Amino acid sequence: MDTVVSKQLKIKACKVRMGIIEGVYNAKSGHPGGSLSIADILTYLYFHRLNIDPKNPQWEDRDRFVMSKGHAAPAYYSVLAHRGYFPVEELKTLRKPDSRLQGHPSMKMTPGVDASTGSLGQGISVAVGMALGAKISGKNFRVYTILGDGEIQEGQVWEAAMYASSKGLDNLVAVVDNNNLQIDGTVADVNSPYPIAEKFKAFGWNVIEIYADSFDEIDAAFNAAIEFKGKPTVIVAKSVKGKGVSFMENQCSWHGKAPSEEQYKEAMEELNATLASLEA
Amino acid sequence: MADIIKLATRDAYGKALVELGEVNDKVVVLDADLAEATKTIMFKKAYPDRFFDTGIAESNMMSLAGGLSTTGFTVFASSFAMFAAGRAFEQIRNTIGYPHLNVKIGATHAGISVGEDGASHQCCEDIALMRTIPGMVIINPADDVEARAAVFAAAEYEGPVYLRFGRLAVPRINDADNYNFEIGKAITLAEGSDVTIIATGLMVNEAIMAKDILAKENISARVINMHTIKPIDRDAIISAAKQTGAIVTAEEHSVIGGLGGAVSEVVSETVPVPVLKVGVEDTYGRSGPAVEMLHIYGLDAENIVKKAKQAIELKNSRA
Repeated sequence: MDTVVSKQLKIKACKVRMGIIEGVYNAKSGHPGGSLSIADILTYLYFHRLNIDPKNPQWEDRDRFVMSKGHAAPAYYSVLAHRGYFPVEELKTLRKPDSRLQGHPSMKMTPGVDASTGSLGQGISVAVGMALGAKISGKNFRVYTILGDGEIQEGQVWEAAMYASSKGLDNLVAVVDNNNLQIDGTVADVNSPYPIAEKFKAFGWNVIEIYADSFDEIDAAFNAAIEFKGKPTVIVAKSVKGKGVSFMENQCSWHGKAPSEEQYKEAMEELNATLASLEA
Repeated sequence: MADIIKLATRDAYGKALVELGEVNDKVVVLDADLAEATKTIMFKKAYPDRFFDTGIAESNMMSLAGGLSTTGFTVFASSFAMFAAGRAFEQIRNTIGYPHLNVKIGATHAGISVGEDGASHQCCEDIALMRTIPGMVIINPADDVEARAAVFAAAEYEGPVYLRFGRLAVPRINDADNYNFEIGKAITLAEGSDVTIIATGLMVNEAIMAKDILAKENISARVINMHTIKPIDRDAIISAAKQTGAIVTAEEHSVIGGLGGAVSEVVSETVPVPVLKVGVEDTYGRSGPAVEMLHIYGLDAENIVKKAKQAIELKNSRA
């Protein structure tokens, strides 16, 4: 990937991370860990990959995105806001009674949200339905979805995976955010989904494995996914839960809690420093 | 006298889908490996490009139906009531109901009249489950004429609809040439002053028979066909409560949370009169011939008559 583009994406991703912290801090609840782990891929999708028009969120030929791991709503809202779907300032209203920004994504309330998700394992089925819809109507839009690595413990994920490959839905790309942590511990300890790549291969998917913090790898993976015909593609992305805020990194405890005022300041200081070094 | 036409509402469903598919090319039908039984096979044969068998995976089918509908299609997703409303309840709630998507759930083999397959397949809980989902329309047609009309009305309506069909062939009670169906608008089949029988699905025919039996004993029973359970026709219920002072509900469903529950909720908050329920008492079914099952579980005219008399007694004792 072009280094200028890559640098711009890094800057955007840092701002998206600030939006995550801003939202969760103001809400005094939410899921920072798994939001931060997908910030780079989401930024890539919304600023480099998706064929979308923020001025026309319901454009029928747009690419679709389904946040199957719906608890990463803070990341979703932050990227949508930075992409121009609604004001960045609105991120501070996350989870408040009059806000359009629900605790988990609602397609009826938030501009740019293509599917209501939050109950794990269901988003991928919704994405499969959208991909099937594109095929039936002969449209060229693509469908992207992000799943958690804990989420794939849900049996419905495999129902959807079996069907998507059975119908050759090559307009569908799923990402598994493999940060290795879920609420009760490591995914391996709780109910191991490993080996993830082999499981998807056995279900008839094209599988690509990457590290989620490299825009070069992300870009190469999505390019390969789009070129691949006849099967859906899954990108298994090794990531770091809490990525970008040192004290949150690789900590289960930051799955679903908000930072205190002090922690908020510390996180923003670190992200501001990262941003300054990127912009230097 | 002409022969009585008997047809299962699931057959009417299959036929109606074919008719609908002809005039509406945005109709897509999904099934979970039960197309032969749900009768969506008729649509599959007519429009193979718009039929998708998602296999034995109802949870995926329901969420998939939600996603598919967002790309501009009117999606009918079919399975047995047990696996549609039962197994996939949460998928329906979260990926169809919550975003209010244009998915019609065609649930066949509802109720005890599934017969020989037994309790695991006899779904008497689906109306109760679906009724708790905000914005869900629930239609339980009484015969093939009504089933056909319900399919077309559901396709016209923008949003989620639960269509409840039966396996058993039931007598046609509506006049195909002069039948008007409106979602949420009950049909009064007979006027009456002593008691009102509010029935749905195959129990509507039993209600008509019960009315005739009661008439011989000089009891005047009003009969209401409540084909739409949600939104329920409050006006019809309130008028019945005011004008007849006693109500019996009749449904091929648990007495908990179905039509009886819905009617009681309206009555208790408006015109509190006795409401007695005919339905499957809080129990599971068992294997056996469908018609026999209906009698064993009290889903017949005789039981409606008995409850009607009890309701009138209760009314008079409180007068």
